[in-house]
Amino acid sequence: MTIEALKEKITALLPSVLFEEGGQWPTILVEPADWHKVAVLLRQDDSLSFDFLFCLTCIDWKTHLTMVYHLDATSYRHNLVVKVKVEKVNPAIETVSDIWQTANFHEREVYEMFGVNFLNHPDLRLLILPDGWEGKNPLLKDFEDPINMIKL
Amino acid sequence: MVIAGIAVITLFALLGLVLVLMERRVAAWIQIRLGPNRVGPGGMLQSLADTLKLLVKEGMTPDGADKFLFNLAPFIAMMVAMLLMAPIAFASDFQLWNLNIGVLYVTAISSLMVISILMAGWASNNKYSLMGAMRSGAQIVSYELSAGLSIMSIVVLSGSLNLNEIILSQADGWWIFKGHIPVVIAFIIFIIAVTAETNRAPFDLAEAESELTAGFHTEYSGMKFALFFLAEYINVFIVCAIGATLFLGGWMPFHIGHWQAFNHVMDFIPSSIWFFGKTFFLIFLIMWFRWTFPRLRIDQLLDLEWKYLLPISMFNVLLITLMAILGWHF
Amino acid sequence: MVEEIGSTAAGDIIINVGPQHPATHGVLHLVITINGETIQKVEPHLGYIHRSIEKMCESLTYRQFIYVTSRMDYLSSHINNHACALCVEKGLQIEVPSRAQVIRVLMDELTRIASHELWWGAMAMDLGAFTPFFHAFREREAINDIMEETCGARLTMNYMVPGGVMQDIHPNFQSRVKEFIALFKSKVSEYNELVTGNIIFQNRMKGVGNLSAADAISFGCTGPTARGSGVSCDIRKLYPYEIYDTLNFEEILETGGDSFARYMVRVREMSQSISIIEQLIDNIPEGDFQAKTKAVLKLPKGEFYQRVETARGEFGVYIVSEGGTTPYRIKYRSPGFSNLSALDHMARGSKLGDLVAMMGTLDLVIPDIDR
Repeated sequence: MTIEALKEKITALLPSVLFEEGGQWPTILVEPADWHKVAVLLRQDDSLSFDFLFCLTCIDWKTHLTMVYHLDATSYRHNLVVKVKVEKVNPAIETVSDIWQTANFHEREVYEMFGVNFLNHPDLRLLILPDGWEGKNPLLKDFEDPINMIKL
Repeated sequence: MVIAGIAVITLFALLGLVLVLMERRVAAWIQIRLGPNRVGPGGMLQSLADTLKLLVKEGMTPDGADKFLFNLAPFIAMMVAMLLMAPIAFASDFQLWNLNIGVLYVTAISSLMVISILMAGWASNNKYSLMGAMRSGAQIVSYELSAGLSIMSIVVLSGSLNLNEIILSQADGWWIFKGHIPVVIAFIIFIIAVTAETNRAPFDLAEAESELTAGFHTEYSGMKFALFFLAEYINVFIVCAIGATLFLGGWMPFHIGHWQAFNHVMDFIPSSIWFFGKTFFLIFLIMWFRWTFPRLRIDQLLDLEWKYLLPISMFNVLLITLMAILGWHF
Repeated sequence: MVEEIGSTAAGDIIINVGPQHPATHGVLHLVITINGETIQKVEPHLGYIHRSIEKMCESLTYRQFIYVTSRMDYLSSHINNHACALCVEKGLQIEVPSRAQVIRVLMDELTRIASHELWWGAMAMDLGAFTPFFHAFREREAINDIMEETCGARLTMNYMVPGGVMQDIHPNFQSRVKEFIALFKSKVSEYNELVTGNIIFQNRMKGVGNLSAADAISFGCTGPTARGSGVSCDIRKLYPYEIYDTLNFEEILETGGDSFARYMVRVREMSQSISIIEQLIDNIPEGDFQAKTKAVLKLPKGEFYQRVETARGEFGVYIVSEGGTTPYRIKYRSPGFSNLSALDHMARGSKLGDLVAMMGTLDLVIPDIDR
């Protein structure tokens, strides 16, 4: 499927989503409330069938956080990037680990590094940070560690 | 008698040193490297240096351990190994204790080894140790059956439990040669079973280091560990000595039928050299296994014994009994 | 928080494998719930070697950040560097000279062989066979010597830079690589005799750690782990970078889905890498080894993602740029992290001894997982 055809297909399926231009792959912007529903559609639609979530991460834009999901379809080999904007204060978003099991670990990583709370996640605990970690989430831009961080 | 006893105890200590060095050299040879070659000529004193290191190390006892059993276990391992040295005939006229039930004695005492391992595993208060000990228990008890049955086949053929008489019955040919294929099968089963009984790779599940760190001796250090280590090597020596005695004629030289001249030349080689040569050949075989094969899994290990080795060796004993009754051996 | 000591219900006991344990090639900590010898649950606890490389890279320039990535998957550092260099080149639209491209691919494939060699030896050691480790290192040393001559390093190469490679290959490079190919070909049958054909080894590997194709995709497994389940996921074939689309090689697929299939994929991949090297070694074009680039690199505002195939699977670099000299955010998608997440699923119900076979064939490199 060409990029145009993919875009048309997604617009037909999800009329509410917005496209972001300029990226390497087609990029859609989704509201956090819709995300789980959209994810199920992307995964289950026969002509899309995005079954491989190859990258899940978060970006701290200081005013808000953006969840970024990179999707790949192993049967069609088309890619899609999904971006979901979440609040800076008490960020929360629905988990997708029930759709792509790899999200389980990646969401735990984002949870401890950015403090995003994944609703309905089966096992939302610290994965990399030591048990009993207190203080801010390390990958946020306003994280300060006067002992270990060197400012250039 | 006292001198002979002292000689055997000295041999005991020496064997530990020699076998450890031999293991390391064999391993190095198989693994395309050099092995110990710095301490003493050709690395000969390496194991002595290691012993010295182990002697001065602190013998730790964990807080949660059952102190009495924890400290007792290595001594039981050592004592079992020492007791097993008694009935072995090292040369034609050198045997510490000519026991008329020598074979029975060896099989009975060697099963005590499992007690020390279970004791060590239980008393360490460590889950790795406990699992290693339980594995070891299951393994030694199972493999004793096959080892016992293959020893039994030689007892049936020679008609005696006395180790010396078994050797004498092989004057005109070792059992492995005159016993046809059934004895060869018994020999192979014996080697597999004793490798398992001494907890050596590929059957080293009791101390499977990639699964259980060091198994039953995880918590041991210093000289207490060294005693386990030494006992393992002495046990290897003893089972190989028993194997050599039963199947390869012990100290009996290699004779071929009526080749008088050849047999005469063979008789000139001292009997102790024959005995140690055969024993060390078997030890080499067992070391070769260790550095070649991957480890079995516990269920595969028990499958091998109960599904294959035990039925085969039971059938084999029947066959050998039939052979002995009908006089089908040479 | 898991209760580290003690037991849970009905005779289950919890044991800790790692962070210091001979089964884990590094500081991986697995909390395992077992009932007898049967595994009920495997729970990885990570972070013992977490250096927050992603955070660190936010304050490094586009020339500097590449060197940190050598420390992630230290067994395929060339390929990590390569991914970063490609990502920066994508942002700056730099044309890489063809000589540099060929050298990069050669280095990648040598690294892949070296990494698989080490995996092969270490995996056999996990199963209790110590000898293959030394035999594998004999060949790996030859590769390291080649690397040392050209890159000046044996582990963290830092050879790829944006625009090409850091310096030209050593004059001996071609002859040394040819010597290595001859050495490898003469020894590869030894591998099969020593390990692959061994009946104990096959019993330990076959039917152990089953992973279906659907699960492999869902868990995000890539590389030999997924290809052992029959999932085509070789980035070199699917999304070719550099000159991989002009090369003639095969994507190895096995359908078994068990540890033995994953083992066979890696062993066969080594021969494919040799074939790639053979195609290129006599055809290194003349010319520059580096494109002319500005002293200070500034990526335009935007997002850049580069996927490459390392020895362990798909490695991704995701750069978010605000137009400055340092990245605004960098995400490394490491293959080990996703592969490890499938371990619990694979291990449940199997024996404790199988766990090391599974960990061996997942080819875990802990700094790659923790980052």
